[in-house]
Amino acid sequence: MGLAINDASVIYPSAEGRDPVEALRGINLTMGENEFIVALGASGCGKSTLLNLIAGFLAPTSGEVLLDGERVSGPGADRSVVFQKHALLPWLDVRENVAFGLKLQGVDSKRRYRTADKFISLLGLDGFEGSPVYALSGGMQQRVGIARALTCDPKLLLMDEPLGALDALTREKAQELILGIWEETHKSVFFITHSVEEALFMGTRLIVMSPRPGRIAHRFDLPFSRRFLGGEAARQVKASRDFIELREEVLKIIFADEEAA
Amino acid sequence: MTDDPDLSPATEARVNPRTGAFSWLMRARPTKPGETYGVPGQGETIWLSILSIATLLFAWWLVTWMGWVKPLFVPSPGAIVTKFVDVWQNGFTNTSLLRHTLVSTGRVFGAFLLACLLGIPLGIAMGMSPAIRGIFDPPIEFYRPIPPLAYLPLMIIWFGIGETSKVLLIFLSVFAPVALGARAGVRSAAIEQIHAAYSFGASRWQVMRHVILPSALPEILTAMRIGIGFGWTTLVAAEMVAATEGLGYMVLSASQFLQTSTVIMGIIVIAAIAYSFDLLMRFVERKVVPWKGRM
Repeated sequence: MGLAINDASVIYPSAEGRDPVEALRGINLTMGENEFIVALGASGCGKSTLLNLIAGFLAPTSGEVLLDGERVSGPGADRSVVFQKHALLPWLDVRENVAFGLKLQGVDSKRRYRTADKFISLLGLDGFEGSPVYALSGGMQQRVGIARALTCDPKLLLMDEPLGALDALTREKAQELILGIWEETHKSVFFITHSVEEALFMGTRLIVMSPRPGRIAHRFDLPFSRRFLGGEAARQVKASRDFIELREEVLKIIFADEEAA
Repeated sequence: MTDDPDLSPATEARVNPRTGAFSWLMRARPTKPGETYGVPGQGETIWLSILSIATLLFAWWLVTWMGWVKPLFVPSPGAIVTKFVDVWQNGFTNTSLLRHTLVSTGRVFGAFLLACLLGIPLGIAMGMSPAIRGIFDPPIEFYRPIPPLAYLPLMIIWFGIGETSKVLLIFLSVFAPVALGARAGVRSAAIEQIHAAYSFGASRWQVMRHVILPSALPEILTAMRIGIGFGWTTLVAAEMVAATEGLGYMVLSASQFLQTSTVIMGIIVIAAIAYSFDLLMRFVERKVVPWKGRM
């Protein structure tokens, strides 16, 4: 898997007498196999616009987005998206939701339910296969959403604040779960979050974005998820000195952007 | 602070709704466990509803039994029951009550079925396509607020006094609410649901079939309930001209002979059928879309 974004810009046309909005300017980003890139930034910095570009929901005003050398020209099953909420289908039970992507691709029911059950187990949802999704807790619904995206076997998993609606405890557990799955499936992940701690803990690389115009202002390589997967406890990683120092540094950048707004 | 007596705290207290004679109307009290504080209109209604019906029936019975109103204007409840049994056994204008009922339900449900068959797909198409919406929105919005009685003469001039104009009149009154409901239902799907489906490789058709249509279902069912209500409302108008059978015809011709008990009996029969069907629709709703409003 290779994703390359070359000098991509997005300009929203002017509306009702207001000036055109430069949502993204001059974005350059490459992403390789098994990378976990986290995007962080003040609101309005273009994180979601960037995700929409990669997903193919939005075409860049200039520049290009290439996936394995081919120009992205629309959404596709090689780039599954996990949203914060409201993305599950309440008329389907857990198994049917997880198997939904395969159904769209025309996989017969026996095979798609077998695959679905595999990912249901992986996300720790055993025993809930037949439950209606609206009866599940927020954390479990999110796990269904992740399982559903994984069954499509995408090259790239796009996660738009997937843990943003969860309570703090569930959220930390979900972070560890996602890292475990990432290690097991060797997926490449593009992950948006508002939480600096989550960003540092999860990613192999961090891009910090700034608003007006939306751009990548800082890039960091991150060692922390590797340390967690190497056996160190999650809280221990998050409480380590270098983690805290980097967290404060990044927070300072983001607060400065918020002030400037 | 001021010395103006009108603004003193004492005056304020006198006009303060929290302490006035009707303060219990204004004050919000803590709820019982299991209820949510501040939800509007919270609470059981079943006993009050039963009481309300019983009171109305009692008042009706009382004014007739005491002879305060002539039976010509308001026949007694007993007279209605007697009339029902009489018409059930002997028919009305040589046609049995069952037949009147079947003819009318046939007209209403025929028109309703036709309106759903055409209105739901058209409404969905209007919701999905700006071109179709642009074409069909003006005529539907134009005729929708017109009372069916107003265009009944046109229906008769164009389609004659036979069954066609009657069913068509009812059809038109059902069609608009059903089509507009289906059109609004198309907007029910969350954009995240739609985007997720596309990101799993769905085609436009699949998104419509597997995401937009199922999420529109609750609103379509509601629109059908509203639609059939309009159908029953229009029934009497449809059976005003050149009808020889039907509940609407029965009510109208009985009124010309001042057979008030038949009029009221007919009205009750219509109401009972309409209400039973509404209950059935609510049951279907609970079975088909148990997830309605839950996500």
